[in-house]
Amino acid sequence: MVGTIPNINLAYLVPAFPLMGFLITGLAGKRLKHNQGGIIASAMIFFSFIISVVLFYLLRSSGQDSATITLFNWIAVGNMNIPFAFLIDHLSLTMMLVVTGVGSLIHVYSIGYMHDDERVNSFFAQMNLFTFSMLLLVMGANYLVLFIGWEGVGLCSYLLIGFWFKNPAFNYAARKAFIMNRIGDLGFILGIILLFFTFKSVSFSEIFAQASLMHAGGPIITLITLLLLVGAVGKSAQIPLYTWLPDAMAGPTPVSALIHAATMVTAGIYMIARSSILYNLAPITLNVITAIGLTTAIVAAIIGLRQNDIKKVLAYSTVSQLGYMFLALGLGAYSSAVFHLTTHAFFKALLFLGAGSIIHAMGGEQDIRKMGGLRKKMPITYFTFLAATLAISGIPPFSGFFSKDMILSKAFEHNVILYFLALGGALLTCFYMFRLFYLVFFGEQRLAGAHPHESPKVMTIPLIILGVLSVFGGFLNIPSLFGGNLSFSNFLQSAVSSKVSEEISSTTEIELIILSLVLLILVIGIAYRTYVRKANLPARDGEPMSIWSRIVVNKFYIDKTYMILVEKPYSSFSNFLFNKVETKVLNPIVDGIGEATSRIGILTRKLQRGNMSFYFFAMVAGILLFIVFILTI
Amino acid sequence: MKDISSAIQLIPLEHYILLSVALFSIGLMGVLFRRNTIIILMCIELMFNSVNLLVTAFAAYHSDPSGQVFVFFIMIVAAAEVAVGLSILVMMKRNVDSVDINLLNRLKW
Repeated sequence: MVGTIPNINLAYLVPAFPLMGFLITGLAGKRLKHNQGGIIASAMIFFSFIISVVLFYLLRSSGQDSATITLFNWIAVGNMNIPFAFLIDHLSLTMMLVVTGVGSLIHVYSIGYMHDDERVNSFFAQMNLFTFSMLLLVMGANYLVLFIGWEGVGLCSYLLIGFWFKNPAFNYAARKAFIMNRIGDLGFILGIILLFFTFKSVSFSEIFAQASLMHAGGPIITLITLLLLVGAVGKSAQIPLYTWLPDAMAGPTPVSALIHAATMVTAGIYMIARSSILYNLAPITLNVITAIGLTTAIVAAIIGLRQNDIKKVLAYSTVSQLGYMFLALGLGAYSSAVFHLTTHAFFKALLFLGAGSIIHAMGGEQDIRKMGGLRKKMPITYFTFLAATLAISGIPPFSGFFSKDMILSKAFEHNVILYFLALGGALLTCFYMFRLFYLVFFGEQRLAGAHPHESPKVMTIPLIILGVLSVFGGFLNIPSLFGGNLSFSNFLQSAVSSKVSEEISSTTEIELIILSLVLLILVIGIAYRTYVRKANLPARDGEPMSIWSRIVVNKFYIDKTYMILVEKPYSSFSNFLFNKVETKVLNPIVDGIGEATSRIGILTRKLQRGNMSFYFFAMVAGILLFIVFILTI
Repeated sequence: MKDISSAIQLIPLEHYILLSVALFSIGLMGVLFRRNTIIILMCIELMFNSVNLLVTAFAAYHSDPSGQVFVFFIMIVAAAEVAVGLSILVMMKRNVDSVDINLLNRLKW
């Protein structure tokens, strides 16, 4: 297996380009003309994409499954030896292609979207730094390099959420995201320490080689996988740590598309898929993942039903789709999860960019109750948004259909109840997406004084490309039912070890697809009747509501619960420390030391009166005392 | 050399010690109690020379020439010190038009 692949060292360039872009736009940002920063940054990501494609063909033509490239020996202490190395295999290549491909489209789009912002160059510097960190995350050949990237993307997420830092609410959202991620990171780093403790290595290849000899269900492996899961739950915004993601919509819309939809939030899924060998050994953890994923998918979808901010709807939909990926991971269908990750990156990035285009056109308005009638005004946005909506709803033959159907059929193989719950979540997804779609594009324009217009080409071309990907992305992985050969799953086979489960018969599968299709069309019909035919508008703020909808509108009071259970006690504890401990105990001590010193100074400076004779006398007296002291000893 | 050493040794060592202590004490008292800076400088010289006397006496009694060599060094350093001290004195005279040491009391808090 081990052998050198010619030119594989090109892999260095993949993270090097965004790093270079970050340095150029970050350091020379003030000297660059307004648009140059964006063009440089986009070009760098695009170069990375090209190199990734080249690597893909190199790896394919070499006939090998993976290649490890060591950059330098990073930590060498005693028998601990951690190289700074990249692992190029089918999983990391998939992620690299998604990150750089979708990333470069979003960068190009940002040139148009951020055109009027005065800090546009530092925006692109941070975006490039993010892409660099994300590439480190997916390319790292051991958990420590992965962890660098993991922290790097967390930092960039914080910076970019708070990009418009003059608004205190946005700063609060940025801090919230950062702290929620810290909770997860704590679990993650504990997991890495425990991994090192158990396997005496953090390298993927060594750990997995040792782990494949272990037997399933051991307590240590369960603990390790649970700790790593905590990290993944934080990063991928699952229950109970998901509340930061909807708030993260405070950042500019391209940031939401790149970080909080397509790439960073999928880091947790990538990490679990990467550690699939470990997770296969821990059935308890897999059950936990299934439960978390399913609950998140349904709860977030329910909350999404009643949101009125266009980006919040999409944020909850992201949480919900990530829940589906977790569900797939929990069922051991790692390649299905990565497949859904890929198609989700296409259509969710498209949805966010479309939303950005709409917000741009509406002059910053994000409330869908005030939109409407944009179908004629923004035809390109309309058609691409439609493609993405159909894809996320799982209508064949759009990309989301294939990926979601794979997860649903895996759920069916596992347990029928699981299947129906997941299907219910999918129907909710379909409903809130079409609710959003109809409210935005159909009916009459409801905001007086706005003059919506189609966005410039630099924004619509990425939309069109992503639209094509959303429509046809599913053909990467056509199941055997439709005459395909699951090429994507087979491609990942060497990198992730999915659990083998019994295939359901093709007649059952067709029945399931027809069932879900009928229900989906029914749901779309209901949405159409409610929001187009009857032109019902969601309730205005402050209108009386039933208890049930009040609970949903308030997001199940989860934010408030956290506020009461964590934030309030914490802040009252720190208030106690400030008011009682610091002002009453610490301050008097510190002040007292200073006070005493200056009092002694006031006393002793009377000796320093400038009288030379006195100084002589003091000197002689001191010498005499010293002599006496020495003689008496 | 031999003759001088033996001539020195004609007088008992205690006498040299007593003389040096007396000279040193006179110098010290002068430094402590006189106000004229010139006299203070002269008293410092006196203290120097009392020490020099003692060192030569000990050198002769122990037949060790290094003590005498040491005295030469002390004299050279003392000469340099006097040059500095006297120039300070000249500056003092120019600035405060007096040699009273108690007038030099401006460098204080």
